[in-house]
Amino acid sequence: MTRLAGFVLRRAAGALITLFAISVIVYVVFYVTPGNVAQITCGPRCSPAQVHQVAEQLHLHDPLYERYWHFLQGLVVGQDYSTGTSVEHCPAPCLGLSYQSDQQVTRLILTKLPVSLSLVFGAMVLWLVLGVGTGVLSAWRRGRLTERLLTGITLAGVATPVFVIGLVLMIVVCGELELLPFPQYVAFTDDPEQWAWNLLLPWFSLALIEAAAFARLTRAAMLETLAEDHIRTFRAYGVGERSVIGRHALRGAFAPVIALNANNFGGAVGGAVLTETLFGLPGIGQELVHAVNVVDLPVVVGMVLVIGFFVVIANAVADVLYAVADRRVVLT
Amino acid sequence: MNGSRQGESPSLVEVTGLCVEFGGLRAVDQLSFRLEGGAALALVGESGSGKSTVAAALLGLHRGTGARVGGSVQVAGIDVQRASDDELRRLRGGGAAMVFQDPLSSLDPYYAIGDQIAEVYRVHARGSRRAARARAVEVLDRVGIPDARRRSRSRPHEFSGGMRQRALIAMALACEPDLLIADEPTTALDVTVQAQILDLLHALREETGMGLLLVTHDVGVAAESVDEVLVMRHGRTVEHGPVGAVLGAPAQSYTRELLDAVPRVDAPRAPSAPAGEVVLEATGLRREFGRGKRAFAAVDDVSLTIRRGETLGVVGESGSGKTTLGRMLVGLLQPTAGEIKPGGGVRPEVQMVFQDPVSSLNPRRSVGESIADPLRARGEPDEGRVRGRVRELLERVGLEAAHYDRYPHEFSGGQRQRVGIARALAADPRVIVCDEPVSALDVTTQAQVVALLGELQRELGLALVFVAHDLAVVRQASDRVAVMRRGRIVESGPADEVYDNPQDPYTQQLLAAVPALDPGLAARRRAARREPAMV
Repeated sequence: MTRLAGFVLRRAAGALITLFAISVIVYVVFYVTPGNVAQITCGPRCSPAQVHQVAEQLHLHDPLYERYWHFLQGLVVGQDYSTGTSVEHCPAPCLGLSYQSDQQVTRLILTKLPVSLSLVFGAMVLWLVLGVGTGVLSAWRRGRLTERLLTGITLAGVATPVFVIGLVLMIVVCGELELLPFPQYVAFTDDPEQWAWNLLLPWFSLALIEAAAFARLTRAAMLETLAEDHIRTFRAYGVGERSVIGRHALRGAFAPVIALNANNFGGAVGGAVLTETLFGLPGIGQELVHAVNVVDLPVVVGMVLVIGFFVVIANAVADVLYAVADRRVVLT
Repeated sequence: MNGSRQGESPSLVEVTGLCVEFGGLRAVDQLSFRLEGGAALALVGESGSGKSTVAAALLGLHRGTGARVGGSVQVAGIDVQRASDDELRRLRGGGAAMVFQDPLSSLDPYYAIGDQIAEVYRVHARGSRRAARARAVEVLDRVGIPDARRRSRSRPHEFSGGMRQRALIAMALACEPDLLIADEPTTALDVTVQAQILDLLHALREETGMGLLLVTHDVGVAAESVDEVLVMRHGRTVEHGPVGAVLGAPAQSYTRELLDAVPRVDAPRAPSAPAGEVVLEATGLRREFGRGKRAFAAVDDVSLTIRRGETLGVVGESGSGKTTLGRMLVGLLQPTAGEIKPGGGVRPEVQMVFQDPVSSLNPRRSVGESIADPLRARGEPDEGRVRGRVRELLERVGLEAAHYDRYPHEFSGGQRQRVGIARALAADPRVIVCDEPVSALDVTTQAQVVALLGELQRELGLALVFVAHDLAVVRQASDRVAVMRRGRIVESGPADEVYDNPQDPYTQQLLAAVPALDPGLAARRRAARREPAMV
């Protein structure tokens, strides 16, 4: 286990380095662009005086590495912004100010993040249960009608856009059958029960699409494992098919499922725009699209960093799970 | 033992008119044999003879695979064909247990070995988890796993090959079956480990009185282990009788052919032409893998000379460094220390023939294209000359020029290895390093490939380096021999000297472990080996 602890530490250090690299790249890509960065950041309706102030606050007159250093400082220890008359403190992790919406980017993101995480976590549980379950079932019933049906359904799932599934669900469940009210985001901290009821449809529409990929992956990995020699061993020793499938073959699907899940989780935090838009969930994805449309540079940079953070963390967690699941993984 | 079946059927195994068909292919054709309780029978045959199919049929493993099984199979009083799924499950592992060929892939990589044995035990003997684990430790201890309680928590990859095979045998023992079916149980193992496993099987049989059905391609392994032999070919019985009679005085010509093709470790090689000048000289070769604390030397201070027209055999067990040495000679690996000097000033062309003729040819390209690669790599621009040369090479190795456009899957193992040899010849080498060139082949094919190499050597004056783990094949093929262990050459010299009068204790141990074709001699050797060293 000490070997594993060392591995976790090394992997965490690796994640930090990756995050650092992402911050450099994002910073350079967005703030070292041709054109008047201060003007762009401030927005089209800014006066020259305001633009000048923004340039001061972003340290645009300093050399590049110093500008980046200020940016990093804000992230790690926080930063004070002087607006001429007063000083605004932006606590760490400070992602800067959005001049267009007159808000601190970190606060803006913190209002959106719970929505996105609620959506993605719930959907993840669903897509894992549905996807892996369907995969196991179709591997078990391979060659039979059940499997062909499931294969057809998952194929349709992969091919259907989320807004189609979401719309159909909404029209049928909320409109026709009136089983649920039309979803409206309620914070978990306000009312956990309403939170869950309102997120049920978004969870399902996001999960159904993702589940299809997991079902196909699980099925493929299990069929591959089922063809291996050790499966033959257990069959030849009279071990029942339920145990062969559920214990030995499923274990082989573990690693690929973990890897895919890390990717999809990280991606969905910022990428579930369609689901968020369709169900009116004020999440990260929607906000990012908005920020890009109005060219709110600090918000875009902040969002990209936060999304990058989740992708990196999800992958680091996946690597550790992977090592715990398969002892043959060389821990370096 | 659970003795319900004893009363019903006098024989432990009774197979009558067994036929197994896959698609249109008849793998087993009208096979019949009996095996009494406590007796041992070997099914011997080359690949494709249907011997493993018979073994699988004894446990009803063809059920649900689409194979058509005809005839009757009775095992431990159960009619395997008519048994219900539940009856069959009770038979599998409980009445008859199977030990598979490849001990690495035959165990689940994700679970502890003790847990896997316990799982199987609990299928047959209803008991607590704790009792099952205790039983697992008990059988692991019985098959000679040291510190069995602690090692039962290891995963398969933490065991050596021999220990894994012991663990599989332990799994088979867990439920005290009346019949042990061993399908090529030692094929993936080194010769010294093979001897230990065969001794273990022998001791277990004496102790428990269980019957043994051994499936093997290796006549020597059969001679070591059983009372009766059934020689199979194309799914049919060729010859069946007591082991001494069948191997000592075979009645059928195919059996004689098979026996003649088996390379003998005690037969001197036919004298070959005297060796010529030195073409390659290696001094103080060393190759390390890994860095820092994990660094280890796969090859350590090896010096050798390779002469024109001569075959140098390099023999050793797995991990002895023989493949690493071969790759350095060809230039596929750079030595960490030491040097390889050409004998005559210019570096001679060195080519390689690989072990696995299936995976060392690109399945998506025709064999002609594969053989042409070295020619094109040397910058031969004229397409006509390339094709002409390839055709010539194909004929040279005993194939047909018209085979140019065929793909590897259309060839048998032996033919594919001929393609590999043709590819090595394409660059006009003076030295060819053959890394286990025949270990994937049947004995009769082995003999043909070794003969082809000898023929090419005489005609072209090639120097050959013949790397292999099989002591008998190396003797058959080599003029001089170097025995490797843990990266070093422990003994070298003219082949006859090394084999007939080995000086190093390790060489002596290796030679003593080679299965003898004479059952009497095998029994005497086994007695001498008593209380085997640990794997």
